[in-house]
Amino acid sequence: MTAALTSHTARAYPAPVLEREELLRYGRHLLLPEVAIDGQRRLKAARVLIVGAGGLGSPAALYLAAAGVGTLGLVDYDIVEVTNLQRQLLHGTRDVGRPKLDSARDRLHDTNPNVKLELHPTRLTAANALTIIRNYDLVLDGTDNFATRYLVNDACVLLGVPNVYGSIFRFDGQASVFATEHGPCYRCIYPEPPPPGLVPSCAEGGVLGVLPGLVGTIQATEAIKLILGIGTPLTGRLLLVNALDAQFRSVTVRRDPACPVCGTRELRELIDYDQFCASSGGPGAGLDAVPQIEPRELAIRRASGESIQLIDVREPHEWEIGRIDGAWLVPLHRLHSAIPQIDRNTPIAVYCKAGTRSALAVRDLKDAGFEEVWSVTGGILRWSREVDAGIPEY
Amino acid sequence: MSLTVSLPSILARLADGHRALSAPGTTVGDAVADITRRFPPLAPRLIDEQGQPYPFVTFYLNDEDIRFTGGFASAVRDGDELTIVSAVAGG
Repeated sequence: MTAALTSHTARAYPAPVLEREELLRYGRHLLLPEVAIDGQRRLKAARVLIVGAGGLGSPAALYLAAAGVGTLGLVDYDIVEVTNLQRQLLHGTRDVGRPKLDSARDRLHDTNPNVKLELHPTRLTAANALTIIRNYDLVLDGTDNFATRYLVNDACVLLGVPNVYGSIFRFDGQASVFATEHGPCYRCIYPEPPPPGLVPSCAEGGVLGVLPGLVGTIQATEAIKLILGIGTPLTGRLLLVNALDAQFRSVTVRRDPACPVCGTRELRELIDYDQFCASSGGPGAGLDAVPQIEPRELAIRRASGESIQLIDVREPHEWEIGRIDGAWLVPLHRLHSAIPQIDRNTPIAVYCKAGTRSALAVRDLKDAGFEEVWSVTGGILRWSREVDAGIPEY
Repeated sequence: MSLTVSLPSILARLADGHRALSAPGTTVGDAVADITRRFPPLAPRLIDEQGQPYPFVTFYLNDEDIRFTGGFASAVRDGDELTIVSAVAGG
């Protein structure tokens, strides 16, 4: 427990009275000497902002509400989709089509009607982040994209608001606490984001449904520890969760003296994060310029008898879900070894699930000298919606 | 010298699914060069065009970020563990 956190919590949490019903509801907390009545009052006084009511935000919000955090802010502007239900426990089947914040409000009110909910049905942007975040004692980052993660990080550092970080992909999770007075920030681990398309989203690459449960509850635990001023927070450590091998380990994260946000502090105001993330260099850069073909146009040209090679760069287990007739399966990471088998004299259309991997493939094929090659816009999902509804979405 | 290299899910698929590899070398760079020779698709994901780590892939030698210990030139001892962590944004 650092002096900074002690002063932070002492400053931020006066002690409201606990009602009789609350004494009963939080009885198991009151039995813990580390919490007790004083700690429960701190929880009641606390204001926590959760950015993203999705996989991480769901368990975090549920547990923080159940624990008696007095005010929970939620930022999200998405609508509940069927594909969310495998992991986003704030939302149920009957909520499909509703704004996530509506179902979150209903669910959290049922969990603990004492909690005051502040709903922010908007996208967090550089224009509103400081205004929203400055009203909270700490932030829990449950976003699903790099631009918002850098935005949350920078806003928290600028405001001095601790940022309880979590992120997930497939079977791996990460968690840490950033933006404490002397601690590192997200940029100290990842100074720059990967170029667009290089790191798939969970929608593209998949995620084990219980993984956000693991990581989101770790975030909630860290938030509660920070509020109570107990234990050893994840400040200065990055917790790595490997669900596949049941391994948890942490590595040291140091404040980078060259970090423009928490080190040199040369970054004094928020920037354009979409631009920041779009301009990253590396193996996925330049995807915007990749030639595209619309699914309907491709279907018409194939139906008219035009000879077009159709290459599916998804994985074999996705191929089993559904495929476009006449396609050739070449998973993206096998593309280079397959190049000698690809006809250089026939146009090529490449597709994946949603258009990201196919763009990477088209760029690589262009680099390899193929001239007439396109990425199918929106991938097999768009094909399913616009050309062949018999192919299932996933 | 031999060290164990741990790969996250996102990179393991480029190494035929291996999440842990044994690699020889006296520096982190040696070990990275070895695994990228054995699994060429890993190379463009671990080493940039200047032969340096990307700012979105972090290498931890045992517990320490190699950016603060000499980068790929960081010396390794027999039995060390190299943990590679990639930025992911899923939430």
